[in-house]
Amino acid sequence: MTMQLYPGLNLGEAHGPDHAKSETFVFGFWVFLMSDLVLFGMLFGTYVVMRDATAGGPGPKELFDLGSVALQTAALLLSSLTCGMASLALKYDHVSDAPVPPRSLGRWLALTFFFGAVFLALEIRDFVEMFAAGSPPMRSAWMSSFTALVGLHGLHITVGLIWILVLINQIGMQSLRGVIKQRLMVWALYWHFLDIIWIGIFSVVFLGGLL
Amino acid sequence: MEKHSEHAQYVMGFILALLLTAIPFWVVWTEALAGMRAAAVIGVCAFVQVVVHAHFFLHISTSKQKREDLELILFATLIMVILIGGTIWILSNLHHRMH
Repeated sequence: MTMQLYPGLNLGEAHGPDHAKSETFVFGFWVFLMSDLVLFGMLFGTYVVMRDATAGGPGPKELFDLGSVALQTAALLLSSLTCGMASLALKYDHVSDAPVPPRSLGRWLALTFFFGAVFLALEIRDFVEMFAAGSPPMRSAWMSSFTALVGLHGLHITVGLIWILVLINQIGMQSLRGVIKQRLMVWALYWHFLDIIWIGIFSVVFLGGLL
Repeated sequence: MEKHSEHAQYVMGFILALLLTAIPFWVVWTEALAGMRAAAVIGVCAFVQVVVHAHFFLHISTSKQKREDLELILFATLIMVILIGGTIWILSNLHHRMH
């Protein structure tokens, strides 16, 4: 086993200079991820403080749909698995700078996009239903903090989905250069990171709220 | 060889994560436990699942890698704990005193 240069799946020495060069690139992305983690942490803290501040309006028990949250969780977890498979396809099927990338990478990316899109569609549907049921974000401090926390995660997922489309487009139009490999690797870190944030959201916000 | 073990890692992480998700959802869905006990199950499962994701999906480990990365992650986690814990502590104390 070669030495791991950074946390995350490493390209490996078979990729030659691309492996060594990705170290600083990925480290920089980890710095971003950790600052993002602090941002989510603040919103988690705010949410817990505001959890009873419903101001007489509807609360978790009236608004949350546990079945939908379970489906979203399953979709996001499946997308994490397919994201891992995409990383493995990159590491083992793209060792050379082949002009036409093998299909497996694109297929796993497309599947990840699909599961991510299922997650986002369900989440947007839930938000629309909550707002329609008389609980827009301005209804109470609790609803504001809920929308900020869950909405920010949804926004991150949206960005991740757009990012997948850009990557699929780039590997289709250009050869799989080192810089594109690096972008694929940091996108995978970003995607797995969002799934970890979701563990916090479904545990603290949804399951905690429905107890 | 390495490919197979790495593939197995993702699948293993997925199965463990699925299990650790199913338990708390089942507890809340069936109302098998209530109050602090249910909260404890949810909390423990969430913590273990975060560790599972970090290990199997993000490949964060304490060995065979540059220390700066690990220090960065641990420091950010420390900041998180202080921020969240401190916020909840101070504000719930204030809330308590105002009643």
